[in-house]
Amino acid sequence: MNLDYSMIKTYGDSLNDGAVQVSFTLPVPAGDEAKEAARQLALKMGFEAPAVTEMADLGAGFTFFVLYGKCMHTIDYEAIKIPKQQQEILTFYEVNALIEEELGRKVVVVAACTGSDAHTVGIDAIINMKGYMGEYGLERYPEMEAYNLGSQIPNAELLEKAVELNADAVLVSQVVTQKNIHLENLTELVELAEAEGLRDKILLICGGPRISHELAIELGYDAGFGPGTLPNHVASYIAAELIRRKQANN
Amino acid sequence: MDNKLDLDLVKVDLARETAGRIADRLHNWIGDYTTTTTERAAARLLGIDGVDEGGVPLANIMVDKLDQAGILDRGIVPWLARAVVALEDSPQDIALALAHEKLDVLSIPDMANDKWREIADALAEEAAARIRATRAKREEIIKNSAEPKKPLLYVIVATGNVYEDAVQAKAAALQGADIVAVIRHTGQSLLDYVPYGPTTEGFGGTYATQENFRIVRKALDEAGEETGRYIRLVNYASGLCMPEISVMGAIERLDMMLNDAMYGILFRDINMKRTFIDQHFSRMINAYAGIIINTGEDNYLTTADAYEQGHTVLASQFINEQLALRSGLKQEQIGLGHAFEIDPSMEDGLLMEIAQAQLCRELFPRSPMKYMPPTKHVTGDIFKTYLINGMFNLVSVLTGQEIQLLGMLTEAIHTPYISDRYLSIANSQYIFNNARSLGNEIFFKEGGRIQARADQLLNEACNMLREVEEIGLEKAMEKGFFADIKRSPEGGKGSSGVIEKHVDYYNPFIDLFMNNSVLA
Repeated sequence: MNLDYSMIKTYGDSLNDGAVQVSFTLPVPAGDEAKEAARQLALKMGFEAPAVTEMADLGAGFTFFVLYGKCMHTIDYEAIKIPKQQQEILTFYEVNALIEEELGRKVVVVAACTGSDAHTVGIDAIINMKGYMGEYGLERYPEMEAYNLGSQIPNAELLEKAVELNADAVLVSQVVTQKNIHLENLTELVELAEAEGLRDKILLICGGPRISHELAIELGYDAGFGPGTLPNHVASYIAAELIRRKQANN
Repeated sequence: MDNKLDLDLVKVDLARETAGRIADRLHNWIGDYTTTTTERAAARLLGIDGVDEGGVPLANIMVDKLDQAGILDRGIVPWLARAVVALEDSPQDIALALAHEKLDVLSIPDMANDKWREIADALAEEAAARIRATRAKREEIIKNSAEPKKPLLYVIVATGNVYEDAVQAKAAALQGADIVAVIRHTGQSLLDYVPYGPTTEGFGGTYATQENFRIVRKALDEAGEETGRYIRLVNYASGLCMPEISVMGAIERLDMMLNDAMYGILFRDINMKRTFIDQHFSRMINAYAGIIINTGEDNYLTTADAYEQGHTVLASQFINEQLALRSGLKQEQIGLGHAFEIDPSMEDGLLMEIAQAQLCRELFPRSPMKYMPPTKHVTGDIFKTYLINGMFNLVSVLTGQEIQLLGMLTEAIHTPYISDRYLSIANSQYIFNNARSLGNEIFFKEGGRIQARADQLLNEACNMLREVEEIGLEKAMEKGFFADIKRSPEGGKGSSGVIEKHVDYYNPFIDLFMNNSVLA
């Protein structure tokens, strides 16, 4: 294979064929004109030889399309640098042992779904006793005191609780992302924490289906966790980061 | 009923009787209380609508003023009827006068019962007649429309903008949806008032307002007329304003309401006492309006493990059924919820889903079962999700579910796009049509995995109901029996809205709605 990593293309069944599939809806009635509009749009998207393989009338003047084409664009894969959590993932037992040895006190974690978000499935998976996919939640960690405040918690209330409980880490879950409400919520929390002089005293961590570590850093968080995160991933990070900070202060 | 699962019918009766006693125990005290939203609902029934300059609903203003005057424990109706007698004004004008500080609650003189009761009952009867007329209109349209095939296709719209919702709802109906739900703005359940007027801003959904109900109803009626069908409209009589939203739905001809006896307590941390009182009046209104309720047991399986906690769904369905019957709902109006949420990586998971769905069907043969799609284990892999949704549809048609909330291939990514809805309808139509009579052709192997799983679930549900009966439902919820969520009887939002009834309490709607034999 003669692969140039500075110019990678999408792959269908042979190198650099650029094969791509895409589907979308146009707000026009189904017909020859609609089909041509979809094809032209695909050309503008950077498809060579786009073909509409399916056109479906959605009623009320909308039409759905499936298209295939060959994407002309290339990407320089070698130039990509993504910040990553350099955190080794420890087990439930390892995390607890580490906290006991290195910190010698219980780690306090306060968690919530903030703003208008009522979807606790993510935060529950990380915090609640039972955990997720066979991994115990943080409530179960003997060396942690975890508080799940639940859903629709205002950012100010979350911080207030964090101060009251002398929290080491604050976990925020954002599931609803419509109109980027999650970004507003997450940014507000960072701003509030900064305004109250808490930012450096508490680990700020966010999570959710549309959250990545990179996004979290960009928003001013210490870490972010996306889909597939298990409780011990978060616990490993919290424990290791607290230890790093303790050592840095000594 | 069919007994394909070879169920022990003695156990089924036992479960139902136990749930009945659990419900009776709640009803030992529910009748002693009213709530702010119950009284606001009564005010709305008597025609009070609209908001003041600050956007506060007149129903809230009136209830708050009566509360401050210390007479809310008599109910809103006696005071309002006395005001009508004294001022010879309409309830709405009286509400406006109160809002504009032109009328003082205590300026309305006390009077003997015979002076105001007749007016109160006449006003209530007028409201009831309006609801009956709405109900009759629905029945007439249904009679003149094509009979939909079951399972009915239920889709959601959730744009946040009611005018956009109306477009999407209509499109969905034209694509073949039988039922359209407008998801509510994500924080609405915790508002202790109902917003007013058409709304165009909402996250995760659109505010439930009476005007919004009207706008989407109209769009669906148009789609129905175009296609010769009747398209059912759904909203949420849940949260802190359960009965008020039922009133709005009864007036605006909604056809279904999400209306669970325990959901608010578990999933929105609303006070227990408040919820149990609210659900009672809310369900009475739904019963009278001919609305089908949908219960929320599916939610248990998104929080707790669907395989391990399958029996909690059944136990809750029995309790929800018994509570609903005690609020005047007929079994045909009780759309009990469950879900297809077992981890798809489980070997023979499909068999376990079939067992659970068939069991629900057989335990509640007259209820229109509401089957919810997989959400917990679906990811951004839309191709896999589309396939899992196909399996879900297959189990539904095989086991005779009636209300099928269609799974979206973009679940876990975003609120549905118009094409997502189209694809989900296409998926279900293909499978329902292609396997229409499969259930009639299939028997389950005697003592096989499916029968054994059903038997196990029924046994576990019976045990759970016995335990709940022993300690009472409130205590059981405190211990986390449902959805692994623990709630204390005193905790939760909205407890300040619970009011012990005075001996002179009067609410004519309770008798009117509970003695609705005319409608039977």
